[in-house]
Parts: sequence; structure tokens; C-alpha cells
Amino acid sequence: MTHEMLQNYWWLIMSVLGALLVFMLFVQGGQAMLASTPRTKRVLLVNSLGRKWELTFTTLVTFGGAFFASFPLFYSTSFGGAYWLWIFILFSFVIQAVAYEYRTKHGNVYGTRFYDTLLHINGVVGPVLLGVAVAGMFFGAEFTVGKENILDVQAATISRWGPLHGLEAIASWKNLLFGFMVYFLARTLASLYFINNIDDDEVQKSQHRMLLVNAVIFVVLFLGTCAVILTSRGVEIDAGGNAMWTEYKYLINYIDLWWALAILLIGVALVLTGIIKSLLKPEFRSGIWLAGIGTILVVMSLFWVLGYNNTAYYPSLLDVQSSLTLANSSSSEFTLRTMSYVSLLVPFVLGYIAWVWYKMDHKKITQAEMDNAGDDEIY
Amino acid sequence: MNELLMNTVDWSRAQFALTACYHWLFVPLTLGLGLVIGVLETIYYRTRDEKWLATTKFWMTLFGVNFAIGVATGIILEFEFGTNWSNYSWFVGDIFGAPLAIEGILAFFMESTFIAVMFFGWKKVSPAFHLASTWLTALGAAISALWILVANAWMQYPTGVTFNPETMRNEMTSFWQVALSPMAIAKVFHTVTSCWALGGAFVVGVCGWMLLKGRNREHCMRSLKVGAWVGLVGIVLTSISGDTSAVVVAQKQPMKLAAMEGLYKGEQGQAIVAFGILNPAKEVGSDEEPYLFDISIPHGLAFLATHRFNAFVPGIEDIIAGKSQDEQGYSISTISYAQRIEHGKAARNALAQYNAALKNGDSASLQQHRQVIDDNFQYLGYAYLDEPSEAVPNVPLSFYSFHAMVTTGGYLVLFFIVVLLLLYKPKWVPGKEKLAKLGYWLAILTIPLTYLCSMCGWIVAEVGRQPWTIQDLMPNKVAISDLTSGHVQTTFWIFAVVFTALLIADVSIICKQISKKSKTNLDIVETK
Repeated sequence: MTHEMLQNYWWLIMSVLGALLVFMLFVQGGQAMLASTPRTKRVLLVNSLGRKWELTFTTLVTFGGAFFASFPLFYSTSFGGAYWLWIFILFSFVIQAVAYEYRTKHGNVYGTRFYDTLLHINGVVGPVLLGVAVAGMFFGAEFTVGKENILDVQAATISRWGPLHGLEAIASWKNLLFGFMVYFLARTLASLYFINNIDDDEVQKSQHRMLLVNAVIFVVLFLGTCAVILTSRGVEIDAGGNAMWTEYKYLINYIDLWWALAILLIGVALVLTGIIKSLLKPEFRSGIWLAGIGTILVVMSLFWVLGYNNTAYYPSLLDVQSSLTLANSSSSEFTLRTMSYVSLLVPFVLGYIAWVWYKMDHKKITQAEMDNAGDDEIY
Repeated sequence: MNELLMNTVDWSRAQFALTACYHWLFVPLTLGLGLVIGVLETIYYRTRDEKWLATTKFWMTLFGVNFAIGVATGIILEFEFGTNWSNYSWFVGDIFGAPLAIEGILAFFMESTFIAVMFFGWKKVSPAFHLASTWLTALGAAISALWILVANAWMQYPTGVTFNPETMRNEMTSFWQVALSPMAIAKVFHTVTSCWALGGAFVVGVCGWMLLKGRNREHCMRSLKVGAWVGLVGIVLTSISGDTSAVVVAQKQPMKLAAMEGLYKGEQGQAIVAFGILNPAKEVGSDEEPYLFDISIPHGLAFLATHRFNAFVPGIEDIIAGKSQDEQGYSISTISYAQRIEHGKAARNALAQYNAALKNGDSASLQQHRQVIDDNFQYLGYAYLDEPSEAVPNVPLSFYSFHAMVTTGGYLVLFFIVVLLLLYKPKWVPGKEKLAKLGYWLAILTIPLTYLCSMCGWIVAEVGRQPWTIQDLMPNKVAISDLTSGHVQTTFWIFAVVFTALLIADVSIICKQISKKSKTNLDIVETK
């Protein structure tokens, strides 16, 4: 494979990891709904989510690690530049990691309500700000890149950012629209997950109600986000490697990359089918799988129009020539090839995760299981 | 270098050190307890004796509490490479990223998938499946340590790469040279086995407390046998790999070794300071004596560094002046630090000219500049230093940390041997009832001592390589992000408060769990 093919292959891998991360955000969506759940039923929801939070967390870490490995200039530019955006995201995941384990343990110092608040913060802040971060890849960010800066003893930093260091990204309405769309998607997926995973009449009824509300808001936000993306300008890279702003770039990409459009439409259809079928047939409990696969396809498709077809996947609002592309931000051919061998393990990893998930979840969570669980088998 | 930039460097270093120190409070216990739990559950699986199951579950509870906070602090560490050290991320992303990605794909998913089975799968999967899950969780933790340590080792001894002046970064040319460098092998074995020692010490210490309280003697005996063996094997392997580490450091980072020993001027058959107090007035180039007081072992450092009793070991001032040792251990003259700075500047100037020629399409001069870059690149980092003395790490911190690590490490070897002797040959100790209380207290106090030993090891490794983020190639002040110190100060204090609050909760929960469960009968499995 040539260097260019390897870059495209690794963007494909990134799209898979990004898509899996968005799907797994149902954990955060569920956490955001804990506060509105009666205390007697909250234990079911927490324990249902508690057996999956590590997977979401790990997918986020791997997504970051894989970006570092395959497109290090994005890693150094975005993380070092949009400092506060990423710090808030990380902070929200730090507090999540301990909250499950500590919330009901004796001697947890701050009380169960405190840890539930931490889960709630992560449930809201995590999806919204991750959405904001990804939206910046569509709508651009305030940075410049000058690799020769490293020779300057007084100011050696290659990637430089505006003085607000990511706070301006959080204040952008387009980014927030994207962020809240992700948030309500996470809540929608969470309701579908609870319907699938918990055997309890009261939970089933309440989650069907929540599903309707969350899904309606999500669909409205999704349509709005799609409209904004498809009418937005993007950065095109010409044959000489020069970057230039192009109107309707993502719409053009969808027309050029018809297969990405097909995947998007299939994904949307699956998400809607999963939601509508779950709403119309209360006994149908596999909506999470339809909507989950649909979500994965939609997110992958969005990544493809973001990075493929001579597009800068991270436009610079300050200097268009600094925009990041698959070609100018990737690792070397040798490294990408070496890592490609490792990536062959991804299907195997996904396989054992699916197998373990099946083994653990084929018996649904019930109130009786919670009542009979030992202290160490329950959150 | 202006003061503002130095403040950002200092605060970025402080934030990374804070995160790393907190992370390292939890990770070694996860690695050590993971092995202990794996052994305990294996014994249960083979014997089907419910007592072993009860003991396994007891330690598993403590493992879970500790694991969560290790994960929390770990995510910050990974992303701080990007947030606070963005230049570094670009400069080495091509090398450092690969181990990190492998860590994520191979290790983290293994841990996060099977830990759910480990805690919640007792009634959902077969005993064999559960046992496999426990071992896979422990293995996942060990593999994750392996790859991050490989990455760290590369920063201490960059190898298997070439510099690409067009992209202004290092690019990997041999994955195996990176993964199997002598520094990486020594570091992985030294660190992972030290975690086993810490896990063993934790088990022995907790059992010491329970025995002091007169609770669950049988459970303690079961735990002590496994814990002490894991601890002894761990500390013996740590000592052996520590010896290898010292030789590698002497070869690849002689300045670090000199700082560890507070050695300013070396000699043939250099003695090692077994115990000493540094003279605070001593500076590079001054006539002050380096020690106020010292007890030395003749030829000790020469043997430690080279496995030859009469070898020359260069001190800090020798290294700055360009003195080194040949393969037979004799003193030779090589390149001085002043010359390194000149070579570094030559590489940096050639890089600037190469860049200009590239932009102007001047292919004729590209080759000429490239040659200068290749000839001088190994000293590039020195171009950013104003004086040779800037390349000297903090000597007191390196010296005292190293000696504290070695002393406590030696104590741990003796400690585990004594614990095993008492377990298997209790009659050898006359009047053991009187001594028992003292022994239990010693076991309890050994827990913080082992943490001290472990933390000092990292301080030696990381402080000793200053001012380099990447040895000889990139000093800290070039590696940072484009942030003002105010931003980093703010996040430093946020993380300091959050991590401290979480540490308090972690310690409180672990203590409560031990106290609460020790009052129950740990010979039977808890049912509800």
C-alpha cells in the first residue's frame, strides 16, 4: 500500500473508532437521565450502565491514542490549542471513572448523592463537549501551524491557537448545535439500551416515555445539524496542495462520494426504524441494535466526507493553508504500515467484546438480582 | 528564554508530575493485586475450596476500588501529552503514538471487557470462564504497562528512528529497535516486577493489621502465603532488573547516573556512596566537597555501572568536559558539552537553511544542508541550552531518591524472606508471641515504605533525565504547548484539588472495606 492509501485506511479506522465512541455514549445519555428516575429504580439503571462504562471510557482513550498515532499533528494542534475544551472533557471523564465504584461503598466520604451528581455532570458535559470538539472539524478552529517554529528558541511551538484556547469553540452556536444533537442521541440510545437490558415493568414504561421525548428532540437537532453542515463551506485541497475555502464542500463531497451518502441514508433509516419500532411495539426490545448500527454507519459516513475527497478535515479559521489534511498531518508510511498490522486485531477485539457482552447480558437485569447481589456485585 | 515561557514550562512539568505521581499511587497496586488475585482464584478453581473463593473476593473488592481511580488519573496522563506538550506530540508522535495505539487496542479493551466479568460474572459465566477473565484483566493491565514503558524508555534512549527535516520530526525506521531497546527491556521488567512487590507488601500489611486485631487468622494465613511469595519473587526480580538498568543508564545516560550518586569527579574503580549527606554549597565547577558526610563502598559504583571493579565512572564535571569510558572501562576523552552546544546550533542553522531552500526550490543546496543536519542532529537539543550546566539534573533529588529506593528495596528482600520463614518455620522463632505484635506493626509500616520505594524509582528515572523531554534531542522548554502559565496554573490547582479529594475517598473506602470485612467470617463466601 502507498502512503496515501495507508492514510485513507487509518482515517477509516478513526471513523470506526469515532463511530463506536458515539454509540457507546449511551452510557453518558443514561447517566444524564438518572436524576429524573425514581430512587427505587435508579439502582437498576446505574447497574445496567455500570457494566458498560469502562468500554465507553476505553473507546475514548483508544480514539485519542489512535489519533496520536496516525495523525499526530491533529493531536498536537487540537489538544494543545483547544486546551479548555479538552480539559473540561477529560475532567468530566475523570469524575465518572470513580463515581460508579465509590457511590455506594462505605466510607466514600462525600455520600451517594455527590457521586450521582458526578455521573450527571459527565452525562451532560461529556457528549455535548465531545460533539463540540468534533463540530470544530467541520466548521474550523482558530489555529495556525508552522513547523519551522521549532527552530525559534524564544517561541518554539509549532501549533498556535487564539487566546481563548478552546473557550471560543464552546461559544459557537454551530458547535453547540452539534454538541446537543450528540447529547440527545446519547439519551435516545440510552432509553433503547435500558429497554433492552432491564426486565422491569416500571422502567420499561418510563423509558418508552423518555424515548419519545428524546427521539423527537434528537431528530429535530439532527435535521438542523445536517442542514448546517451541508450548507457550510469547507476547505478543498487542489492538485498543487494548496488549500482554499469552498462553498457547500460537504454537500459536494456527499454527491461525489455516493457510497458515503448511501451509508448515511441506510444509517438514518436504521436509527429511525429502531426508534419507531420500539415506540410502536412495546414488546420489541432490540431497538438499541438497529439504532446502534445505524448510529455507527451515520458517524462513519460523516467522518468520510470530512476527510476524503481532497478535504481538509480540520480547517483553520486563521490561516487556511494551516488546515490539517490526511496528507499533512499523518504519521510516516513506515509507522502507518506497522500499525496497520496491529489494526488487523481490531475485528478480534470487537469479537471478544461482543461475545462477553452477550454472555453477561443474556440474563437481563432484574430487581431480584439487585436485591440478592452481594455488596461487591452491585454499584 | 523569557521568564513567562519558563513559568509555563515549570507549571506544565508540575502538572504532569502531579498527575503521574497520583497515577502511580494506584497503578502498581492494580498490577500487583491483579497477580495475587489471579493466583488465589486459580487455587480456588483447582481445589474448589470455598475458603479460597472468599479470600479471592476479599482482595478483589480492594482491587476494584483502587482500579477505578487508576483509570481516572490515567486518562489525564495520556491526553496531557497533547494538551501541555503539543510540540513534543508532533516531534515524536510517529514513534510514541504506535505503542500508545497498541496499548489501547490490545490492553485497555482486554482490561475493560473482562473486568466486568470479574466483578459481575460470578453467577453468569462458568468458573473456568471467570478464572480466564481474571487472568485476562491482570494480563491487560500488564500489557498496558509494557507499551507505555516502551514509550517512556524511548524518551530516555531514542533509537530506531531517523529525523525528517521536511516534516520537522522523528520518524520510526525500526519498530523492534523501539520495542526491544535495552532501555525498554530493563524498564519494563524493573517496573512491572516492582509492582508485584508492592502488591505483595500490601497483602502482607493488610493481613498484619487483621492479625493485630485478632481477626480471620485462617484467611490471613492463606493470603500471606500468596502475598509474600508474590512479593519476594517481585522484589528479587526487581533487584536483578535494577542491576541491568544501572548498566544501561551508565551507557546511555551517564549524567543521570552521576546525579544519582552526587558524583562530580569520577575515577578508576569508583566507590559507591552507601549513605551520604550532600553538601548544599556544591555546584558544578566549585571547589566545595560534594558530601558533608558519606560512607562509601570501594569500587562499588564501578561494578554497578560496568560490572568491572576497576572501571572509570565519569562524574558530572567529567561528562561536561567530555570524559567518558571505553569498552575496557578506561577513561577517554570525547565531545564536551560546550562542543555539543556548537554541534546543536549547527544542526539548527542547517535545518533553517534546509527549510528555506525547500521553499525556494533550491535543490542544489538541499543535499549540502542535509549532510550538516545528519552529522549534527544527535546534539540538536543542546542548541537550545545557553550553558553546559543547564544539562545537569537536580542532583539532591536524584541522589536522595536513588538511595531511598535502594535502601527500601534491600529492606523488602529481607522483609519477605522473614515473613516466609515465619509462615513455614514458625518454630524457628522463640517467644514468638512477644514478637508477633512488633511483626504486625512492621508489616503495616512496610506498605508506605514500599510506596516510597516505588515513587522514588520514578523520581530517579524522570528527574535524572532533566532537562530533556527526549534525551539530547528536545529539552522541556521546546516541548510545551502554546499556553500562558495562567492557564496551566489554573488546571494544575483544579487537578490537585480533584485528585486529592478522590485520594481521600479512595483511602477511606479501602480502610472501611478492610475494617468492615475483617469483622465478618472470611472463610465463607458472602451470600445475601
